[in-house]
Amino acid sequence: MNFRSGEGLAARSLRGMRQSPKAMIAAAVCVLLMLSALFAPLIAPQNPYDLNAIDFFDAKLPPGSVGTTGITYWLGTDAQGRDMLSAMLYGLRTSLFVGLTAGVLALLTGTALGLIAAYVGGRTDTLIMRFVDLMLGFPAILVALMILVIFGQGTWKVILALVFVQWAYFARAMRGAALVESGKDYIEAARCLGLSPIRILASHILPNCLPPLIVIGTIQVAHSIAAEATLSFLGIGLPITEPSLGLLIANGYQVLLAGLYWMSVYPGLLLLVLVFSINVVGDRLREILNPRLAT
Amino acid sequence: MTVFLLRRLLQAAFVLLLTSVIVFAGVYAIGDPLEILLPADASAAERAQVAASLNLDAPLPLQYVTFLGSALSGDFGNSFVYNRPALAVIFERLPATLELTFTALILSLAIGLPLGLWAGTRPNTIVDESIMTGSILGFSLPSFWQGMMLIMIFAVWLGWLPSTGRGTTGEILGINTSFATVDGIRHLLLPATNLALAQIALVIRLTRTGVQETLPLDFVKFARARGLSEWRILMVHVLKTILIPIVTVLGVEFGSLVAFAVVTETIFAWPGVGKLIIDSVNALDRPIVVAYILVIVTMFIVINLVVDLLYSLLDPRIRARA
Repeated sequence: MNFRSGEGLAARSLRGMRQSPKAMIAAAVCVLLMLSALFAPLIAPQNPYDLNAIDFFDAKLPPGSVGTTGITYWLGTDAQGRDMLSAMLYGLRTSLFVGLTAGVLALLTGTALGLIAAYVGGRTDTLIMRFVDLMLGFPAILVALMILVIFGQGTWKVILALVFVQWAYFARAMRGAALVESGKDYIEAARCLGLSPIRILASHILPNCLPPLIVIGTIQVAHSIAAEATLSFLGIGLPITEPSLGLLIANGYQVLLAGLYWMSVYPGLLLLVLVFSINVVGDRLREILNPRLAT
Repeated sequence: MTVFLLRRLLQAAFVLLLTSVIVFAGVYAIGDPLEILLPADASAAERAQVAASLNLDAPLPLQYVTFLGSALSGDFGNSFVYNRPALAVIFERLPATLELTFTALILSLAIGLPLGLWAGTRPNTIVDESIMTGSILGFSLPSFWQGMMLIMIFAVWLGWLPSTGRGTTGEILGINTSFATVDGIRHLLLPATNLALAQIALVIRLTRTGVQETLPLDFVKFARARGLSEWRILMVHVLKTILIPIVTVLGVEFGSLVAFAVVTETIFAWPGVGKLIIDSVNALDRPIVVAYILVIVTMFIVINLVVDLLYSLLDPRIRARA
């Protein structure tokens, strides 16, 4: 990867993405899925939560069946007679909401703590980094599982549990990058100009530390979505009132052995495509933005 | 070394203490402990008796000390479901989980190492590209869904392997294990594969990166200059160098396997601690939940400690820094 001088972060990323057809396809899929989730109420053939729209006589129909009202269920129906495609679009909405919210909140928390650790140094630094090491020593899914087991399920509890297990990755990367940057000449120059510490941190150090944060952020969103699905599948994640993809798959699991494959296979495929494309984009971004960033 | 060890032990004790506080706060302080500790159909007399025995009228810190005291002596109360000490139930189930995780660990090395070496020696070829894309796929496959698909394909459609349960176990050297019988191994195959897939992906990536970083080094050039075959250079010299980080990461990843065993055991109805905790959460069997969390956290602390010690033995620079 060659770096052109004067090229911005966005331009550099975009150029790097264009050089890899695989990453471009993955990015297109990501955008497409996000738009589908955003406009789910407009494009879904049915509102899966509107009891009037659901016909119980249409329950457990295989893909391609035509329902009593004349609607075609391209991906079949679930045990309640819901159109699978519509349920998946709404599920995607929930999954993406939880994944993105958790990712962004973890990014903000981790970045702030990492910056503080790097800037303040001393005991604060030691304390924060010890905690980071501690968090990284435990697998995220296990800690999230324990938190939810203790405190019960719920959308915001899931999000907070995910933030709690992910902030450490951002904090470590942020602190590392900030320490490297603050030793450079331009920061020295900014100090000589008498700029306030806040201003140096926010408008000089932070922007130059963005590349690793973006890479980790992308990967962590994928992790969040997968973790939420797993927790919901286990019955300790989201409540049944907000069925994410994980919960849809859990419902399909009940009837999988009876041969009603579509209730779990299709939502699972959607989840896989979503997580896989985000990971491919993240992997490519890592190659572009920081060739030596460790996984 | 002694200072290093002492410091780590102190840190470990601190983490355990912190966990116990969180568990205590979650289970005892938030909500009504009686609601949580008693089965739903408990009578008023039972309630009064438990309230008195837990001295719930005592101030919170004092209650915590009581909780910590009984926890330290291994007393987490009786499981509501099994009506036996919670800790005993967990230790009874632990061998099944360990068997599953060890098999998965061995599978991940047996498959991941060769694929990683292959990809690493052929950078930017179709082989490398396919293996690396495959490994991203391995990371992305949601473990629970992948398990369901394995059951659907190999148990329902092809009928090759049993879908759930542990099968018959036999004794090898006095240990009750699935390896002793063909039926046991057949039952073990699908869940172990399911658990191993994500780790295979990880081992592939680690090995590939290691190979690519090691090949340009001087000692490899010297080995070539000595006329050693590429095969020998790769299998002896390069492998020896990259195994250190892989083994350490795998130590930590063993913990991650224990975590994901919860998912795999739930899907394959494998009678280990992972399935136990999910069943216990659904049955509101709090003594088991509390005991499980503290046992697992202790296990992790021990694993992390052992890995750190091993690492400092293998690489003295770590000791110097700590």
